[in-house]
Amino acid sequence: MMRFLLLFSRQGKLRLQKWFTPISEREKKKIIRDMTSMVLARQPRSCNFLHWKDLKIIYKRYASLYFCLAVDNQENELLALEVIHRYVELLDKYFGNVCELDIIFNFEKAYFILDEFLIGGEIQETSKQVVNRCIESSDMLQEDDSSEWYEVELFG
Amino acid sequence: MIRAIRSARTQCEERGVIQRECAAIRAQFRQVDNGGARSHNLAKLLYVHMLGYPAHFGQMECVRMIASPRYSEKRVGYLGAMMLLDEKQDASLLITNSIKNDLAHSNQYVQSLALCTLACMGSAEMCRDLAPEIDRLLRASNSYIKKKAALCAVHIVRKVHDLGELFAPAARSLLAEKNHGQLILTFSVCYNVFVPCVSQTVPDLVQIMKGLVISGYSPEHDVAGISDPFLQVRILRLLRILGRHNETASDAMNDLLAQVATNTDSTKTVGNAVLYETVLTVLDIKSESGLRVLAVNILGRFLLNNDRNIRYIAMTSLQRIVGTDHNAVQRHRGTIVDCLKDQDASVKRRALELSLALVSASNIRTMMKELLLFLSSCPPELRAQAASGIFHAAERYAPSQRWHIDTILHVLTTAGGDVRDETVPNLIQLITNTSELHCYTVHKLYRALLTDISQPSLVQVACWCIGEYGDLLLKGECQETEPSQVTEDDALDALETVLQSHMSSPATRGFALTATMKLSTRITENVDRIRSIVSIYGSCMDVELQQRAVEYNALFRKYDHMRAAVLERMPVIEKNSSGHTNGETAGDAVKEIQPAAVKQTGPLLPQQPANQVHPPTVPVYEKDGVSLTLICEKTSDSGMTVTLTASNSTDSDISVFTLQAAVPKSVQLHMKAPSGDFLPARGAAKVTQMVALNNPNKVNLKMRIRISYNTSQGSAYQDTVQIDSFPGL
Repeated sequence: MMRFLLLFSRQGKLRLQKWFTPISEREKKKIIRDMTSMVLARQPRSCNFLHWKDLKIIYKRYASLYFCLAVDNQENELLALEVIHRYVELLDKYFGNVCELDIIFNFEKAYFILDEFLIGGEIQETSKQVVNRCIESSDMLQEDDSSEWYEVELFG
Repeated sequence: MIRAIRSARTQCEERGVIQRECAAIRAQFRQVDNGGARSHNLAKLLYVHMLGYPAHFGQMECVRMIASPRYSEKRVGYLGAMMLLDEKQDASLLITNSIKNDLAHSNQYVQSLALCTLACMGSAEMCRDLAPEIDRLLRASNSYIKKKAALCAVHIVRKVHDLGELFAPAARSLLAEKNHGQLILTFSVCYNVFVPCVSQTVPDLVQIMKGLVISGYSPEHDVAGISDPFLQVRILRLLRILGRHNETASDAMNDLLAQVATNTDSTKTVGNAVLYETVLTVLDIKSESGLRVLAVNILGRFLLNNDRNIRYIAMTSLQRIVGTDHNAVQRHRGTIVDCLKDQDASVKRRALELSLALVSASNIRTMMKELLLFLSSCPPELRAQAASGIFHAAERYAPSQRWHIDTILHVLTTAGGDVRDETVPNLIQLITNTSELHCYTVHKLYRALLTDISQPSLVQVACWCIGEYGDLLLKGECQETEPSQVTEDDALDALETVLQSHMSSPATRGFALTATMKLSTRITENVDRIRSIVSIYGSCMDVELQQRAVEYNALFRKYDHMRAAVLERMPVIEKNSSGHTNGETAGDAVKEIQPAAVKQTGPLLPQQPANQVHPPTVPVYEKDGVSLTLICEKTSDSGMTVTLTASNSTDSDISVFTLQAAVPKSVQLHMKAPSGDFLPARGAAKVTQMVALNNPNKVNLKMRIRISYNTSQGSAYQDTVQIDSFPGL
């Protein structure tokens, strides 16, 4: 089970945070500080896995953003790397050549995509197309924000 | 707004912008209905929250927006709920009803929002309330919703374990689904929640997995040539749990695992991920030996991979099986030792742990060479671990004493600052045990001391040895190593340097002072120099040093005849269990041995170590829950004080408790006032009474005590006890 997902820039500014377990505000801030300092201190060509308290931290750097995912000790780290990569691909498909600015200015969309991909610390949907379709439909629904609701049966 | 915040150039400016924005948002929240701006405002607030500023005033707004009929507002409202609310906030309870309504909504996206939020931050009460709803949704026909409902169920069961049975039947039906998306979460549900009801399905799982591995290209689920790796890994994990203690299940999986292991493409990370999971599964279940060999070989291949990540996880897995499949791991020892030289800190750490686990009697010499090399170049956070690991290994597998001592000395010279405190007494004890190497040891230590006095443990051991075996040092000849001509002055110089150096801790100085003192019996000419050194420290600021110096001075002055006996060579220290502590410095050990060695000569030094032992408490009377104990202390040549303590362990109180005592005729008795005469139940308080006795004729002391008391029922009770022997006399 995943515990939390953080995105932060090279200067340590937080761009996205998703917590899958209930943690107090102060704890969250402390964890964010710890993560940023630990990950930013790593050498460029070093291993992507860290050990922190009783969790494994998997991080990956894409351009100027660090994606940091914390999982339980029994999880497969290589798969976690794949999870991060899949999320990046989803963002890329949605925004078209995503860059950090896209995530800054449209952070709520990034959250919505994440919610379609992961729920409660587990992977929800493994197919890229399905996730993209869901997001598109939700967006259409949002724009069409009048009192008409319509049943959208995507697949039986 | 975001642009405005980002354009703020300093922290202060940014705070200003944010405060203005927050004020505006707050004002707008207070207005009843705002059209489309509400969601916009909440989004702004969430951004501000992400930057780290407080945003509690948005919580109620979230609640209101979730209840709104418009989808856009709901969306942002739920997002806000996930970010701002958590279990501990009271406002989260308010959204329970909204979630319930939304779960029953006709639009699946609204339902999905509700499910998502519940799975993310649902508290135990919310879960309990909404569990039946989730169950209903699990059975619904819409696969999109089923997916989310299943994961929500997982979250619920994690929070409230009892609800697992509620979802069991629905979960079983999920297994029949063909769709990949369904399957993946079915398995999440299963392995998280209820393993026993799924165990019969192992063959089905095997089928599904085979289908995935062999089947053709499926563009939807494909990642770099592997079809749906997420699902594959999930299935493997489930198989692992099912097969863990289960022979039949493990048998069914053997073929499949072999097939996956051989067929998966391992050039990309994805393939490696699946292989890794396969290996973990093989190692965990009761697999046949051929399969295990295959798994270890795969790990070996991983070790040779250029990618650091792969090497790291290979070592992590090998660590887990090094206990059971030791020989298999030994084959890869060379590669593991090479990883010690890797630049990455995580890889180094793993390599160190694994290397220490692989040390055995046969490879100890080569391994130690590598480990010592590592120690000299390793990052500081790993030093302590490496040093203690080396010590353990050396202790268990040392091929010879000399090698052992050499190794320890080497460690002390390179990483002396990071070793634990008990290495010093351990090393000292080791040295005393190897009597034939005393000469060699002391020469080596002396040379080490000359080169470097910054490592505290090394200096302490060196001082101790020079003190003990100084005569061997000065003799100048030694078989094991080239002798160096050391004069008495040189030795004393070295010790004095240690004494005066600001790098020495007080404990180290103590060692040095004691060593100097011991040398006074070992050497012939420079005794005066020693006396002067010792007397200087008689006025030292450090109390411990001062005390020692004064004692040693006294030894010179008044007890000079005993000096030789006191400072003679120490006997071999018995290695006891942890109860025996040599103390931090050998000085204490010297003091302990001192009284033992010269018991016949009576009190040695002015300060007699105080009798720390408490006089024993002797129970003298025990009946009907009333007990009486006695402590005697000798106060003078013929006098003693007896303290009687009474306590009551019954459930009822005792009142009017009195003691009367009688002694033989020549003994004088004086009873002091008792502390009370009421004994509360269950030993809540005790009554003590002091008795002063004087026995000038030194007759055999006996005492008769009469106990009388009233119980709570009112009956009077009396008893007599005679004490014939008094301990402590």
